[in-house]
Amino acid sequence: MKYVDEFRDGALARSLAGRIAREADPSRRYHLMEFCGGHTHAISRYGLKDLLPANVEMVHGPGCPVCVLPIGRIDSAIELARERGVVLCTYADTMRVPASKGLSLMKAKAAGADIRMVYSCADALRIARDNPSREVVFFAIGFETTTPPTALAVLEAERQALGNFSVFCNHVLTPSAITHILESPEVRDLGIVPLDGFIGPAHVSTVIGSAPYDYFAEEYRKPVVIAGFEPLDVMQAILMLVRQLNDGRAEVENEFTRAVTPQGNEKAKALVAEVFELRRSFEWRGLGEVPYSALAIKERFSRFDAEPRYGVVYRPVPDHKACECGAILRGVKKPEDCKVFGIVCTPENPIGSCMVSSEGACAAHYTYGRYKLGPAKLGSDSLFAANRLPGERESDPDSTKRESDPNLTDSTFRDRNPGR
Amino acid sequence: MTRDGGKVESDPTFPRRKAYVRPLDFKGGRVDMTHGSGGRAMAQLIDDLFAAAFDNEWLRQGNDGARVPAPSGRLVVATDSHVITPLFFPGGDIGALSVHGTINDVAVMGATPLWLAAGFVLEEGFPLADLRRIVESMAAASREAGVPVITGDTKVVEKGKGDGVFITTTGVGVVADGVELGGDRARPGDRVLVSGTMGDHGVAIMSLRENLTFETTIASDTAALNGLAAAMLAAAPGLRVMRDPTRGGLATTLNEIARQSRVGFVLDEAAIPVKPEVEAACEFLGLDPLYVANEGKVVAVCAAEDAGRLLAAMRVHPLGGDAAIVGSAIDDPHHFVQMDTRFGGRRIVDWLAGEQLPRIC
Repeated sequence: MKYVDEFRDGALARSLAGRIAREADPSRRYHLMEFCGGHTHAISRYGLKDLLPANVEMVHGPGCPVCVLPIGRIDSAIELARERGVVLCTYADTMRVPASKGLSLMKAKAAGADIRMVYSCADALRIARDNPSREVVFFAIGFETTTPPTALAVLEAERQALGNFSVFCNHVLTPSAITHILESPEVRDLGIVPLDGFIGPAHVSTVIGSAPYDYFAEEYRKPVVIAGFEPLDVMQAILMLVRQLNDGRAEVENEFTRAVTPQGNEKAKALVAEVFELRRSFEWRGLGEVPYSALAIKERFSRFDAEPRYGVVYRPVPDHKACECGAILRGVKKPEDCKVFGIVCTPENPIGSCMVSSEGACAAHYTYGRYKLGPAKLGSDSLFAANRLPGERESDPDSTKRESDPNLTDSTFRDRNPGR
Repeated sequence: MTRDGGKVESDPTFPRRKAYVRPLDFKGGRVDMTHGSGGRAMAQLIDDLFAAAFDNEWLRQGNDGARVPAPSGRLVVATDSHVITPLFFPGGDIGALSVHGTINDVAVMGATPLWLAAGFVLEEGFPLADLRRIVESMAAASREAGVPVITGDTKVVEKGKGDGVFITTTGVGVVADGVELGGDRARPGDRVLVSGTMGDHGVAIMSLRENLTFETTIASDTAALNGLAAAMLAAAPGLRVMRDPTRGGLATTLNEIARQSRVGFVLDEAAIPVKPEVEAACEFLGLDPLYVANEGKVVAVCAAEDAGRLLAAMRVHPLGGDAAIVGSAIDDPHHFVQMDTRFGGRRIVDWLAGEQLPRIC
């Protein structure tokens, strides 16, 4: 496919890999965080890790919009649909995210709530227009990429004087999340998470531009390379980061020049500024309360804001005790460090949000990379259960008995706070 | 004869009048509850629409079931329900699909499909014009494939309790002695073939889904595969597995075979035929063509030494022009389906988790 295949060329990838291997200093390690789920997905899907030298390590960041959505916000959305009887319109990714009481939007829908999957918030507007007797709420989530369309929907609703449309706003901001990670004790004081540089967001940066990252380079002395979501983009960005670190530079560089400018998309930014304002604080799954990290709808548009309109009261809900999504989102742990990963937490039955979206670190790792796991994890049959016939487990000579590692039994799931 | 035994025809006081029956209004008429009630309206719908379109000796007998001679050998029976939205799509409609789908399920078992049975669940208010279009399309598909619909049933449900029309078809076929196809027969070293481009049907349907209309020239590949399957069996009688990769696409079909046969598969991404338009649509929807449904394609597994002959036979058939060898079976205790990507890495092609949903960013 034209304009895509060029960025997935295997020969070019190998030559870039060769350059990274030659230029990476064998006496040091490079810990690079890819902030975005899109990059995580590309790294797993194309097996980029295999192409990198052992001392260049990728750390997954929290840039998966579905993964950072706290359970309490999904509970509120379900409540709107079930108890207030609204038509709740949502992007597909959020449908399966586990909420409280064993629910999810998908399960609430099956139980009779009117929850509809839309591909854009313009569809939600249309549903409101076509169903004047129903109240329609758009469950808005996402980083800066999905924020301008939501702003447009609010302005359009005002223009059309739609009385039955509102937005349940959960838009979050990338730069504040990066700051939060850099300020976290694990990075700053304890040094548990060595972070040497960032691969900056692709689509987010098309909106906000490259300028907002200057602060990280200057204040925290961390290089940032903004990169596209194609595998060659990621490889090129890694090479650029390795070069910056070798030179002792900490700059913002732009690999994704075909789409990102320093100032970003002025029109989109103006729309966002017109409709939204900063929240003082917002809870992120995994990161906790992050100051000034999310957007709320301005007072002027409050009739299109589902929170005051329906008196939404936020109730924080802790993650499942065994789930390591929080630590994984902060880069403190890897999916395979989580004791429920692939055992009771699978894409079919996700316990944590990282297993839900295909951009989540756990789902990407499970889907594309689990066959590369070491012998300990390979011993856990459930990782492969989907591919086995019933009753096959015992007779398979190659599978290690699950009982051989007590840490990997289902009872792990019932343990109190394992591994923390 | 009248009740008292007198002859109406001979009685001059009761001149014979031809009973007037209002014909079905195929222009503006709609299905109503009487069409499923067992009364005259239902009889009329069956006679004037279904029996007329599918016309054959068994339906003409008007019995509750069809009596057919038992063929010698082993029978294959397959059934499939069709609930597709939209009902009409580029390249076909629910009618043609319901005939093709079941014929294909029988054919990939290595059988010659002989007969079909069809059950209709109609929703009150469904336009008769659309129903006629669907039934005529079914009849055409069945005639073209040479597999008659010999018995059927119609039910009507109240408005809101169905989605226009649901069609269930059941097919019966006969399988020759010596033909032993099954999902459990793949062996390490075997080759995997596909009969053509992957994902056409799913993308054609998705392009029409509510909220997602995009312009595309892609048409569904819906087709009856009994001719192609027979040609494949003739070229490679030792064929191990045939499957039609419908829901879940090639990826799901191969995972099923891997599990049943206790083998792994390694695919070569570059060898898998995908139309550029399908690839582009999947790219912007965040979907993977390997998981998108096909309705006129077959996946085959055969011994390595048969692969060349099989491929040649497929390519000369009108439905197999783009056939390709796309991978091999390997010994793998975990029964994974893996793929060597064009990019140069190897990755798992896993079971689909839940529905394949578009990603948002």
